[in-house]
Amino acid sequence: LTGSAPGLVIVEMSSEETVDRLQFTLTVTYHYLFPVLTMGLALFIAYFKTVSYAGREGHRFRPLRKTAAERATAESVSRFWTKILAVNFAFGVVTGVPLEFQFGTNWAQFSNFAGGVIGQTLAMEGTFAFFLESVFLGVLLFGAARVSPRVHWLAAVAVFVGAWLSGWFIIATNAWMQHPVGYTADAHGRVQLDSLGDLLTNPWLPWQYLHNMGGAALTGAFVLAALGAFYLLSDRNHAFARSCLRVGVVAALALSIWMIFPTGDRQAHNVFEHQPATFASMEGLFETERGAPLVIVGNPNTRERTLESTIEMPRLLSFLTSRNWTSRVRGLNDIPERRWPDSVPLVYYAYHIMVGLGTIFLVIAGLGAFLLWRGRLYGSRPMLWALLLAFPFTYIANIAGWTTAEVGRQPWVVYGLLRTEHGISPPESVPSGTTLFTLLGFGGLYVLASILFVLFIVRIVARGPEPARAPARAPA
Amino acid sequence: METVWFVALAAMITAYVVLDGFDLGAGALHLWLARPGEERERVTEAIGPVWNGNEVWLIAGGGVLFLAFPRAYAGAFSGLYFGLILVLWLLIGRGLALELRHQLDNPLWRSACDAVFGLSSLALAVVFGIALGNVVRGVPLNAEGYFHLPLFDILNWYALLVGLFGLVVLATHGALLLALRARGEVRERAARGARRLWWAEALLAAGLIWPTLSVRPDMLDRLVDHPWTLVFPLLALTGLVAILVFGRRGQALRAFAASAAFIAGLLATMAAGLYPDILPAREGDPNGLTIDNAAAGSHGLEVAIVWWSIGMLLAVAYFVHAYRLFFTPASER
Repeated sequence: LTGSAPGLVIVEMSSEETVDRLQFTLTVTYHYLFPVLTMGLALFIAYFKTVSYAGREGHRFRPLRKTAAERATAESVSRFWTKILAVNFAFGVVTGVPLEFQFGTNWAQFSNFAGGVIGQTLAMEGTFAFFLESVFLGVLLFGAARVSPRVHWLAAVAVFVGAWLSGWFIIATNAWMQHPVGYTADAHGRVQLDSLGDLLTNPWLPWQYLHNMGGAALTGAFVLAALGAFYLLSDRNHAFARSCLRVGVVAALALSIWMIFPTGDRQAHNVFEHQPATFASMEGLFETERGAPLVIVGNPNTRERTLESTIEMPRLLSFLTSRNWTSRVRGLNDIPERRWPDSVPLVYYAYHIMVGLGTIFLVIAGLGAFLLWRGRLYGSRPMLWALLLAFPFTYIANIAGWTTAEVGRQPWVVYGLLRTEHGISPPESVPSGTTLFTLLGFGGLYVLASILFVLFIVRIVARGPEPARAPARAPA
Repeated sequence: METVWFVALAAMITAYVVLDGFDLGAGALHLWLARPGEERERVTEAIGPVWNGNEVWLIAGGGVLFLAFPRAYAGAFSGLYFGLILVLWLLIGRGLALELRHQLDNPLWRSACDAVFGLSSLALAVVFGIALGNVVRGVPLNAEGYFHLPLFDILNWYALLVGLFGLVVLATHGALLLALRARGEVRERAARGARRLWWAEALLAAGLIWPTLSVRPDMLDRLVDHPWTLVFPLLALTGLVAILVFGRRGQALRAFAASAAFIAGLLATMAAGLYPDILPAREGDPNGLTIDNAAAGSHGLEVAIVWWSIGMLLAVAYFVHAYRLFFTPASER
């Protein structure tokens, strides 16, 4: 970053870095649209499958006290969502492989620098999560007629565990890039593992993981509720739709709260403590202030170094960061520009879009849960419409959250240790034209994949669930 | 410790080629062996539940390369950029064709999926062979451990020959699987196809010995220096002969196992012949990446061997479970 006019920030990026970053942005953003739903749905499928397998009348555990009809509906719900999961999972797998490969193809210097540390968590993902997930998804999809109900239920649980473990290893990797711990530098200027314990108990990891998985589960909950709303609005599949709505709305309310407090609050605190430039960019704070306000609406102007057209809550930011109304929050003006994220407005908007949407989700889920409690949800068309239209925005909120984390970490690929420009593959080994070509290729391929995905999901939804049937009995 | 990881990596690559090899081979062949419609349906059904798990060995193998030899991972993947991105695109097309094929009951859609699945399987077998050929031949590494190979240099005559060999080996492997797993006419055609392909396989295997030793003369010395490693070429040879013997007797399971042994023997021979190089430079060039100069720190390698061993035991347990579930002989169902 160089400031050529007062306050004017110009980002100078080599063409190699530009295309490498564009390609990774495209492939990782596109990829995450699938696992976010896989992880969310896996949770709910495991829940419905458990109700179907283990529920009985008079069960000691109240959530499993279910009638035969309720269990039949739960079985039908889990089977239907497994069909969606299968398509979604396939897209997640094929778009996920390019990410691991690109660490080598496009980010070779980063891999060489950091492989001694994050090779651990990435290889753990393949070893502990992918084998589990892929093998048991096969059993869940193809094994219904071949295995006992118990094994089929276990397969659903194993897919859930595999998906959430996979998320854990990826977050452990990302947490290390955000806040490197447990490493030493070697004689060649690379980092090597010093303590696996420190790597896996990174203080950044727990809240980032819980926040991220909450986001995935929230997406699952809203997707569940949206399909229920769609079927009720279309006057079909009533028992199925109500079951999806009930579980979806209640989970959405609990998770909307979970995303704000404690996970969102604690994660923001991590950023405040360890990445001051990122935090100031998220909040659009240029001047260091005591009793800093929380900005609800505003447009950052990096040329003038101001925030325009603001609506703000006085002193709230100081309170949220330190539980003290007058504490000091460092602004961007007190941080050298070389350490600013290379797009302050992108970090600002991504963060505010995420938080704004999160607030809207809380309102929608709260209203939905209230109507459910009053017994009026299934007949309230405006509420059903709101639930139906809300689900795409959960994807946007998840992507916005990741954009905040990843663009906020810039100009570092490993915070404080390796600048992004030094992480790309050496230009003499991968020229920018080569990457431009593959970037275009990925773009075209993903447009085609998107069309196919929407086409097949719409078909599955249009066909609807199979009629409920009595699930196999669990041993009493 | 570096040697242990070299062996682990070779074992994972071997597991990948043996397992995903049969569905790549079956995919490449099924356009010829099975008629559109019902017959092709059977082929994709046979591999439907397992192909995804098989492919995980590639991802997990890549993870181990990254973990244990990050410098080799960085150098090889950036240097073979075009080849690897091509692999990714082919894997995307193949995976989607397999998974989406049965979503739409339309003969045109299914033919399109079959064609994408078949051709991408075929191309992958060739591209993997080409990548392997370039590793054996050595690449023009600079002092930092990176290289740049323009596309037409990746496609050198030796690598192309190995690519062709890779296709024939995996096609034979896939045909033997179909001879074991398919039913009716497909099974017979696959068995016949495997017997014909065997001759090409044997011819190419013999024909590759001299070119391999001429691009990498020290391979033979390295094998002879550790005489026990000569069991690997012996295993490959035995496997090759056994494919023919069992195939003629109609013992499909044994013929398939022989093909697995042949592949394992070949890859082990290659690994033992390269050791301790992991990404060799061109013949006579000093910048080669070895297990010592490419390895991650020793503490990380020691810690990882513990959890990796546990993870592999679990993975093998899942696979045994899944294969017993899905690969009970077709006739018993």
